This record gives sequence, C-alpha cells and structure tokens, in this order.
Amino acid sequence: MAEAFLKVQDLARRYPGGKRGDAVFTVFEQVNFSIRKGEFVCMIGHSGCGKTTILNVLAGLDRASDGVCIMDGREIAGPSLDRGVIFQNHSLLPWHSALKNVTFAVAARHRDWNRRQVLEHSQKYLERVGLRGSEARRPAQLSGGMRQRVGIARAFAIEPKLLLMDEPFGALDALTRGNIQEELIRIWSKTHQTVFMITHDVDEAILLADRILLMTNGPEARIAESVVVDLPRPRDRTQIIHLPAYYAIRNHLIEFLVRRSKDFLRHPPAGFDPRNPPTVQPGLETAVFTAPGPSSPRAHRSAP
Amino acid sequence: MLPLPLRAAILSLALLVILLGAWELATQVPAGAASPGARLPGPSKVAVHAWQELRDPFYDAGPNDKGIGIQLAYSLARVLGGYMLAALVAVPSGFVIGMSALWRKALDPYIQVLRPISPLAWMPLALFVIRDSAASSIFVIFICSIWPMLINTAFGVAGVRRDYINVARTHELSRVETALRVILPAAAPTIFTGMRIAIGISWLVIVAAEMLVGGTGIGYYVWNEWNNLNLSSVIFSILMIGLVGMLLDQALARAARLVQYVD
Ligand SMILES: Nc1ncnc2c1ncn2[C@@H]1O[C@H](COP(=O)(O)OP(=O)(O)OP(=O)(O)O)[C@@H](O)[C@H]1O
Ligand SMILES: [Mg+2]
Repeated sequence: MAEAFLKVQDLARRYPGGKRGDAVFTVFEQVNFSIRKGEFVCMIGHSGCGKTTILNVLAGLDRASDGVCIMDGREIAGPSLDRGVIFQNHSLLPWHSALKNVTFAVAARHRDWNRRQVLEHSQKYLERVGLRGSEARRPAQLSGGMRQRVGIARAFAIEPKLLLMDEPFGALDALTRGNIQEELIRIWSKTHQTVFMITHDVDEAILLADRILLMTNGPEARIAESVVVDLPRPRDRTQIIHLPAYYAIRNHLIEFLVRRSKDFLRHPPAGFDPRNPPTVQPGLETAVFTAPGPSSPRAHRSAP
Repeated sequence: MLPLPLRAAILSLALLVILLGAWELATQVPAGAASPGARLPGPSKVAVHAWQELRDPFYDAGPNDKGIGIQLAYSLARVLGGYMLAALVAVPSGFVIGMSALWRKALDPYIQVLRPISPLAWMPLALFVIRDSAASSIFVIFICSIWPMLINTAFGVAGVRRDYINVARTHELSRVETALRVILPAAAPTIFTGMRIAIGISWLVIVAAEMLVGGTGIGYYVWNEWNNLNLSSVIFSILMIGLVGMLLDQALARAARLVQYVD
C-alpha cells in the first residue's frame, strides 16, 4: 500500500457538559483514517455525526479535542493554502465578481505573480467549469449551480495538495448536480488532486470516490467501514449504473445508512476495532475484510 | 392610467400650488385694514428675496453682510471638517471594538454614557479648552457624528459572516489583509449607514452651534436675520438649509450604493 498522504489519528471532539456537571458530550472519537496521494475519498454519515467538524479540523479552521492530523509528514495546526476548501454554502465574497473571487484566491496563493499571470490562471479555471462569459457577474447574479462552480474554480485554481469539500452540491437540484459532478470529474481527472469530500448522496459518492468512509450515528460516532469503490474510470453516470458492482456498493451503502448505522456500535461486528475500521469491497467474494451484517447474533459488546 | 412616478409628481406639484396659495392668502393684508401689523412675508416676497440672494450668493460686504453662499460654505466646511475627523477616529476604533469582545465590553459603559449627551452641551467646555469658536463648532460636529459611525462600524464588523472570515483564513491572509480585503468590504454597507446618519445629525447640529457661537455660518446668519427682523431672509435660509441637507444625504446615499452588495 502506498504511503499515506493524509493520516488522521484518534481524532475526537468533545463538548464540556453544562454547569450542573452533565457528562461530557462526545460528538465522535477514535476516528482513524488515511488518504493516499491522488485518492478521492468521500465520507457519508447521518446528520450531526460530526462530518463538518472533521472537515473543519482538516482545514485547520477548527481544533479537535484529541488526536492529530498529519498531512505530508506535518501536523495540521491551522489553515493553509495547501488545503483548499469548498464550503457547504459556496461562501463566495458577494462584493466581488466571479472572476475577482478566483483572482482573490490565486493572488493569495502566488504572491509573486503579476496581474496578468493571476488573471490568465484564474480565467483558465473559470473556463474549465464552463463560466466563460459570466466572469463579471457577482454571486447574487449567478444561479446556485454557477456559484458552486465558481467555488470549485476558486478551490482548484490554487492547486492545493488536498481539496476539502463539504456537501458541495447539497443545495442543488438533481439535474444541476449531475452536470456539476461531471465537470468535477473532468477537472479532477486533469489534476488528480487528493480529495476529501462529505456528501449525503450515495450515488454521488459512488460516482466520484475511490473509497467511501461510513460514519455511525452520533453522538460518540466512529468510522464503521471503509468501502472501496472499484469501478473503472473515467466514470459516466449513465454507464456505471449498468455495472453489477455498482448495485452491490449502492445496496451496501444504503443498507448501512438505513439499518446498520444507528445500532452499529451497540452490536459491532466481531473483531471490530474503531481505530482500524475494516475495508469492505461489496460484491467481491475476496473482500479484504468482510464485516457481518447487523442481524449477526454474535458479539453483543456494547460500545466503549 | 399614468405611471406611478408621473402621478406622484403631479400630486407633489398640486400640493405645492395649494400650500403656496394658502400661504400667500394667509399673509395678504386684508383690504381696508387700518394698520398692516406684523405679518409673515408671503411666498412671492420670499421668492423675490431669494432671487436677489441667489443672483450674487458670494458677495462679502463686511462681517455682518455676507452672501448666503459664503455662509453655507462656512457651515459646510465645519461640518465636513468635524465629520472627517470623526470618521478617522470612529472607523478604526469601531473596527477594534467590533473585532475584540474585550474592547467591546471595556468601552461599552463609556459609549453608553457619552452617547446620549446633547452635542451642544459640550460647547462651553470646548470653548474653554479650545478658545476658538470656529474650532469649537467643529469639535461639536466631531462629537455628534462619532457615535453613529462608531456604533455602526462596530456592529457591522462584529456581524461579518463567519464564512467570509474562514475564506480569508484558508487563503492565509494576514490580519491586516483580512481587515482590509474581507471585513471592510463586508461591513462597508453598515458603516455607510452610520456615516449617513452622522451627516444628517451634523447638519442639524451645526445650525444650532453657529447660533450659539456666532460669527459666521448659516446658523449665525438665520439668527442675525431674525435680529434684523428680515423674515423673508429667515424663511429663505430655512429652505436653503433643507436643500443642502438633502444634497448631503443624497451624496452619502450615492456613495453607499457603491459598496452595497447582495448577499
Ligand atoms: N457548542 C456545541 N455544544 C455541543 N454540541 C455541539 C456544539 N457545536 C456542535 N455540536 C454538535 O456537534 C455535532 C457535529 O456537528 P457537525 O456540523 O460536524 O455535523 P455534520 O455531521 O456535519 O452534520 P450535517 O450532516 O447535518 O452537516 C452535532 O451533533 C452538534 O450537535
Ligand atoms: Mg455538515
């Protein structure tokens, strides 16, 4: 296995109890995972299990209560241009045009570039997301999908070592989302950025990811499994649905989210170690480590 | 049906005619009255006076006889002077207060006590310390315009969306860059609201301040004309004060539009 590019070790987030000596509220703990260079990893889990918190810690915008994140051999201790972030709500600067939102980032990244270099670089990325001709418009004058595209252009234009995306298409309608996913695939296949992305959309995760991390429900959430998506690339929405592996993965994910995520920790599969969650490859007999389903009569260990 | 703006304009014009007509009628000397008595001048008299004044607004014939343009210019210069000084102090301090909860809490009692003081109440102190009436009125303008600017700046800065700050942080902007390139434009509409309120208050206060200290300025002019019992001139000055106040407000509104953004 290639050397991990990003390593998350024993990450935990706790909130102190109230004044009356309530118990400490643990959002998640014992979160361990790693991402290889060039890998596209998605994280799925129910609302409130702490996905955004994990992403913000990776971005350096938030601090964990416990644990470390190591990227490229160095601990993450604050925000950095090595990590680009696409926020859930686009967070473009509304007083700037689409183009200026991108040049803002590019100029911050390349302080030694002159205006023309910054402009050309920014325009290249705006073109890649299909926004040629809308450069001068402000975010309020763009559609939701276009805004999210500007956000993508801004994040890709700084060519970060790691790209973090928090449900980037959550607010978009299905058609727009499909188009932007395709654009994301195109731009990603050109750059092969390492990506960590949060999503609620199972199909989106299968379309984009090399690997999907499944979180159990909070509080005290853990990573339950790491699901390998071994579908050939380049992927096309209309084609992958004909692959048998697609349904194996999809069913596995949906079954996890609907049936297993809630009680996973109360009835963990035999030998489950949250620090080293099993890697699962649905549809393959030779799964690296197959975890039994929730109906398993064994193992009534309660969660620690 | 005519479009709404046109109908509004027609209605405005009609109201003007009615008001002027009523005013003219009310100030007519009744036919056959024995003595004319003291009467307000009618609009025709005021118009004639205005025409004379406006033909040569900048004449200067000694300390007690200057054109309306010169008097307005004195007042405007004082207002702008005090206002600019206040902006120089209020916007940076508002930034600090808005960004730091510590400073906000520490300065809050001072602001709460100082803000409700009528700016004219400072006049005696100002005259004693500064020993110059013109500078004292500038100080009074400074004092009255600093609060709306300070409070609005602090409010705007404190309310900048977390997302924008996070954008600055993920792009590794320094503190100064974050303040100038993210917080300032994000808070600018709120800051301008404060500046617009401040210019309105300043223009209200300068008239009173100049009546108090005398010498020059539109406030002094109004009072002087009252002492001369020249009521046409008083009415004309009142109209001019309103007109200039409106122009100041419009100028600020226009500037505010430049920094406005839709979230
Ligand atoms: N100040 C706080 N005190 C206690 N709990 C908090 C506090 N702030 C956040 N939380 C908890 O942290 C948890 C994680 O929030 P987070 O935004 O990371 O969830 P998420 O997985 O991203 O959810 P979603 O899918 O809805 O975006 C939530 O359950 C929330 O209740
Ligand atoms: Mg979230």
